[in-house]
Amino acid sequence: MFEIRLHSRGGQGGVTAAKLIAYAAFLDGKYATATPLYGAERRGAPVVSFIRIDDEPIRIYSQIRNPDLVIVLDESIMQLVDVLHGIKPDGEVLINSQKGTEVEGHRTYPVDLTGISLALDLVLAGNPILNTPLIGAISKLGVISQASAKQVIAETFRDERNVEAALRAYEELKI
Amino acid sequence: MAIPDEEFLLKTTSACAGCPSSLILRYVTKAAGADTVLVIPACCTSVIQGVYPTTAMNIPVYNVAFASAAAVASGMSEAFRAEGRKTNVICYAGDGGTIDIGIQALSGALERGTDFLYICYDNEAYSNTGMQRSGATPLGAMTTTTPGGKKDHKKDLDAIVAAHNPVYQATACAAYPQDLYNKVEKALSIPGPKFMHILAPCPPGWRFPSEKTIEMGKLAVKTGLWVLYEREGGKLTITGASKAAMKKRIPVEDYLSVQGRFRKITAEETAEVQKTVEDMIARLQREADGIC
Amino acid sequence: MLTFGTGNKAVAMAARDAKPVVVAAYPITPQTEIVEEIANFVTDGTLAARYIPVESEHSSMAACIGAAATGVRTFTATSSHGLVYMCEMLHMSAGARLPIVMANANRALGPGWNIGAEHSDSMSMRDTGWLQVYVSTVQEAYDATMMAFRIAEHTDVLLPVMINLDGFLLTHITQTFETVEPDDFIPPTATPHAIDIKNPGGYGTLTPGNVHFKFRYDIERGMRASIPVIEETEAEFARRFGREYHLYEEYRCEDAEVVIIAMGTLGKEMEVAVDILRDEGVAAGAVRMRWFRPFIVPDLDGKDVVVIDREYSFGYGGILAGELQAKSGCRPFSVIAGLGGQEVTYDDIAEFVRIRRPGTEHWFGVDD
Ligand SMILES: Cc1ncc(C[n+]2csc(CCOP(=O)(O)OP(=O)(O)O)c2C)c(N)n1
Ligand code: SF4
Ligand SMILES: [Mg+2]
Repeated sequence: MFEIRLHSRGGQGGVTAAKLIAYAAFLDGKYATATPLYGAERRGAPVVSFIRIDDEPIRIYSQIRNPDLVIVLDESIMQLVDVLHGIKPDGEVLINSQKGTEVEGHRTYPVDLTGISLALDLVLAGNPILNTPLIGAISKLGVISQASAKQVIAETFRDERNVEAALRAYEELKI
Repeated sequence: MAIPDEEFLLKTTSACAGCPSSLILRYVTKAAGADTVLVIPACCTSVIQGVYPTTAMNIPVYNVAFASAAAVASGMSEAFRAEGRKTNVICYAGDGGTIDIGIQALSGALERGTDFLYICYDNEAYSNTGMQRSGATPLGAMTTTTPGGKKDHKKDLDAIVAAHNPVYQATACAAYPQDLYNKVEKALSIPGPKFMHILAPCPPGWRFPSEKTIEMGKLAVKTGLWVLYEREGGKLTITGASKAAMKKRIPVEDYLSVQGRFRKITAEETAEVQKTVEDMIARLQREADGIC
Repeated sequence: MLTFGTGNKAVAMAARDAKPVVVAAYPITPQTEIVEEIANFVTDGTLAARYIPVESEHSSMAACIGAAATGVRTFTATSSHGLVYMCEMLHMSAGARLPIVMANANRALGPGWNIGAEHSDSMSMRDTGWLQVYVSTVQEAYDATMMAFRIAEHTDVLLPVMINLDGFLLTHITQTFETVEPDDFIPPTATPHAIDIKNPGGYGTLTPGNVHFKFRYDIERGMRASIPVIEETEAEFARRFGREYHLYEEYRCEDAEVVIIAMGTLGKEMEVAVDILRDEGVAAGAVRMRWFRPFIVPDLDGKDVVVIDREYSFGYGGILAGELQAKSGCRPFSVIAGLGGQEVTYDDIAEFVRIRRPGTEHWFGVDD
């Protein structure tokens, strides 16, 4: 089982991103689940989502304690929350970062999702759309296939620029 | 009347940016002072207070079931008065908790002369649960349960309350804190059942940028959609910015077009909203002039 | 059709596919997505139902009663405070023998407001005459909702059915599920006592003590008759759509010396605990109770029993543990866990088995 923990802020689309990643895995023929964990705050508070991907049906509902991959959609959360908590020794981290932030002890993939989205003017209710570039970046890591990533974006978003955003993130992320 | 510096709603709320409910609550508690208990049914304000064991309020807040606020306040007020205590009992409830599920308890408490102040902050939807329609949602507004825009009119809560002849009844708006403050202070100086209906423009619910809460409230008053008044001993007085709006108003489009929730409103519905405004203004003017 | 969505969405889609004529709706977390989805279906025309946006849950159940009294199919959904607020109407609907179907997102009761998963809401409504089923996956939420209409409306039963799904844990998780075309799997409603203008009569009129108990007994007859109807419905569902369900689900029970019993999502996660225990050499098994009303007693003879209750009857004990003990004679190790969404993992569940002391009670996370 591959386990991902995604840290975002309410309103950033983290919960939807988790669903889309799981959906892409489903299209890859895997079993997948996505679960949001909401706090009590109204807006802008840190939100965590969990994604599980496996070849067998998933019977676990409790939270992910030892993620294989941690995604951070908002760097500023790292000052409030220990995003590395419980991460597997060989666990990896993907950070949406404009300044190439790295974490110690874990393979880090910084990628400027916000920049990609803003460059394409992909903005919804004042916030840059981070879902679609994220899906592109994740597919580079091999968590989901590129074909499924494309299909998920095509099915979910009408605006063509989302595909472009995913492609740019795919290109930009270095492995 | 000068608004005191003392704060009872602290800066640690978990409200959204630009939240009208917390803004209103801030002035309500300033006017009420320390000898006050708030009775709050399920609503955004249940969340705004913060999470146990912390609280953003430094007066007692009693959180109660959704339908029960006015009845709980009745019991609390009677108990305080029985002990000779003058403690203010204030229900602070949303529109859903007032107009829909809570109206029976409200009606009962008003009718039996409960000594309390009931405040309905009206953000025109069930915001706590993510913006479903309520009886206060206006015609044409989209909510998650009226995805095509609401086809029914907003319930006339003030007329329902007026039918109970409370000792004091007023409207207010989050955009006019001084007017709001004065009314709360006056209400609490009178024994018996008091009621205030306060318009609360809610950025995520009404779909406008969070820095425009005040602007939205002012537009509501300038279009005449929301009229500031108070009714005391059966006498209606138009207050504050509404005095001007009684004479000259801007078209309702100016208010409807800047809110995402009215994206699907039809031209006929807009005309109907305009007509509702004109009818209401005429009715209130007649009452203010003593021609009933 | 194979699709992907939340537990709430699956329930809404099953309700849509069952084609109710009247849906009454009132929002409450974590169920709200169901009534929102149905509002979307009605608005976009995929469901040709009347949608009544009532002003309270008392009224949502009342509206369902009014609609079902005329003989049409009805649906609603609620949770927690909404469910207990409609308590009076739950008694009224079952007593009036109306086959209303309702989804309940299991959630804690206040005070302190808490929106996490807990079974106190539905379990405290156990004596209303409603059938209750507890589901553990998004697929099962869809399937159980679909089957609920057929079971409730069966003329041997004519009792309302409540589908219970754990708040957030199941209402908000996204999983794969398959929808079906029910066709005649759900026959048209044929409520024998539907209001008939040509055959006037009084409904719910003053009923003296010398007959009242007969009506009460008749509710119990419907309850008992529901067992074969459920079995037959589940068998027919498996035949048509290929997914098998039983009154309760056993996991690695054949040679088990100790079985864990739970409902809802814990009833699924505990399978992982069983696997862990088996690897340690413990002959563990699991029984997931699906139907709580009617109450069906699994065969627990000679086994150690660990029961997890996600609620509590104050002054008595865990409700499921108590009922199992009363009906089967077992002496369970009664664990109270998961209240208000308290995190309980498969490791915790395995530990419950390791520390079991039959006949005693253990509150998970409470030290004294
Ligand atoms: C009996 C009951 N039904 C439903 C709910 C769920 N609920 C909590 S707050 C709320 C909406 C409140 O709306 P409103 O009174 O307008 O206050 P707002 O959230 O807009 O501030 C609902 C539906 C509940 N807590 N109790
Ligand atoms: S939804 Fe509206 S009323 Fe509720 S906390 Fe946010 S801004 Fe305030
Ligand atoms: Mg409201």
